Amino acid sequence: MGERKFLHANAAIAHGVRLARVPVVAAYPITPQTSIVEKIASFLAEGEMEAEYIKVESEHSALAACLGASAVGSRAFTATSSQGLEFMHEMLAYVSGGRYPLVLAAVNRSVALPWSIWGDQQDSIQQRDTGWIQLYLETAQEALDTTLQAYRIAEDHRVLTPVMLCVDGFLLSHTEEIVEVPDQAAVDAFLPPLDLPFKLDVDYPATQGMGAFGQQYARWRAEQQQAMGRARGVIGEVDAAFGVAFGRSYGGLVEAYRMEGAELALVAMGGIVGTAREVVDEMRAEGRPVGLMKVRAYRPLPRAEIRAALNGLRAVAVVDRDCSFGYEGALCTDLKAALHGLASPPAVYGFIAGLGGSDVPPEMLRDIIERAAAGEASKDEGEFVGI
Amino acid sequence: MRALEEIRFHGRGGQGVVLAATILGTAAAIYEGKHATSFPSFGAERRGAPVTAFTRIADAPLRRRSQIYQPTIVVVLDDSLFASVPVANGLVGGGWLVVNSHRRISELGLPASARLCLVDATAIAREVLGVPITNTTMLGALAAATGVVGLAALERAISDVLPTALVARNQAAARAAYERVVARV
Repeated sequence: MGERKFLHANAAIAHGVRLARVPVVAAYPITPQTSIVEKIASFLAEGEMEAEYIKVESEHSALAACLGASAVGSRAFTATSSQGLEFMHEMLAYVSGGRYPLVLAAVNRSVALPWSIWGDQQDSIQQRDTGWIQLYLETAQEALDTTLQAYRIAEDHRVLTPVMLCVDGFLLSHTEEIVEVPDQAAVDAFLPPLDLPFKLDVDYPATQGMGAFGQQYARWRAEQQQAMGRARGVIGEVDAAFGVAFGRSYGGLVEAYRMEGAELALVAMGGIVGTAREVVDEMRAEGRPVGLMKVRAYRPLPRAEIRAALNGLRAVAVVDRDCSFGYEGALCTDLKAALHGLASPPAVYGFIAGLGGSDVPPEMLRDIIERAAAGEASKDEGEFVGI
Repeated sequence: MRALEEIRFHGRGGQGVVLAATILGTAAAIYEGKHATSFPSFGAERRGAPVTAFTRIADAPLRRRSQIYQPTIVVVLDDSLFASVPVANGLVGGGWLVVNSHRRISELGLPASARLCLVDATAIAREVLGVPITNTTMLGALAAATGVVGLAALERAISDVLPTALVARNQAAARAAYERVVARV
């Protein structure tokens, strides 16, 4: 059994990194991520964790340092937000293309301009196509548990793809709640030491970071795509194994909540899913056929699960905390594509809410569901709500 | 206690407002078997600026992550805020207002619908802690007035959250405020 503590998601993730015995951490401070690496630094200072903490001059260097650690066969961790994640952009593709199984906590924050320290998911959504697995988390407990799951997923030889933990700034990063911190022995049994098939070794000199051209390059990319496909299965397997070991699991790629007999569904990612659960419970108590689908894995996109969960529904309301300017929320577009060709697809309505840390109260989510149910919203472009 | 208590703390940067919410949440969640969440709402993060922090305490699991607009309890650590911050905004009818002040009630201009607990926490903090930092003192007053958390749980939470050297004095400050408020009601 673990120990019950009152922690925010940032502290919970730091515990996860400690329990995963990560020997290399490199990061540059930025709100709202900073308290993750502060907590890790405090673990190191108190002797509760052994790791090389590499101080760097930028986020770009932080991820480069982690890449170096991974190249010689070490687990590594970094965390960032917003401008920091944007500054890492170049290195993100180096890491995923090099198949280095790193874990990065992206504590979601708006991007400038206008400048804002507050939360939305624009920063990680902008990194959608960098080849990283992206998992969007709902609670501090899920953040700790998924940190442990993320190493096992990334390091699985069928996957060898880095994982980005997407953690809503403030909604999760600064909200304290009950978290069970697992025992080290239980974590050791769940997460074996890293065993990379290829690593730099002075006794067997070889190089990494090579060039590839034309068909060779395309083949490499196809392999990344295939690994993402296999990751769908591995994410589910690892979540199920975690459930057996610790008694908690999160539905793997997606969680369907109260979808039995639903005619309407709300679809969302991250911290607002918690608020949405209360709204759905309330409407169900009134006899309304409303359900909720939490998208936990955004990349790889759980196409089959989305189709199975939403087939035959009358209407679906998708809430994005991001905007792909000139079209709509990114999750909404992906969801429409995933549903394409179904025999009886639901009408999909996109809503953009909670940007720049603006509040998403239960009444707003309820109103979104009602508008979708009445067919009052646009099916073509995302509609900004609460502005 | 209501099935859901929503508590809003008002103070100034440096008075331990955010820590007050953490201690209260720890006391309720870890030591009284309740469900709780605590979160700050930083404005400008600087000493002296108005700061608010929040704690939700409930019997059932807490899943919502939206802001609190209609608190059931408001705790004011610094009565100079009355001049610039509408501290009683949204307070539900019959809700508690727990205020640190040495002034008279009539001087503060408080809403008639609120239940009021006025305590000179600054004097207690100066006396017991030696510094005018009133977060733990006000938590003692909050516990005595509203019963939202017990004193024993509060003392254990103070021991968890504060650095070891500060624990005993802050427990004493919470206890002193608790006893003074209890003696009055």
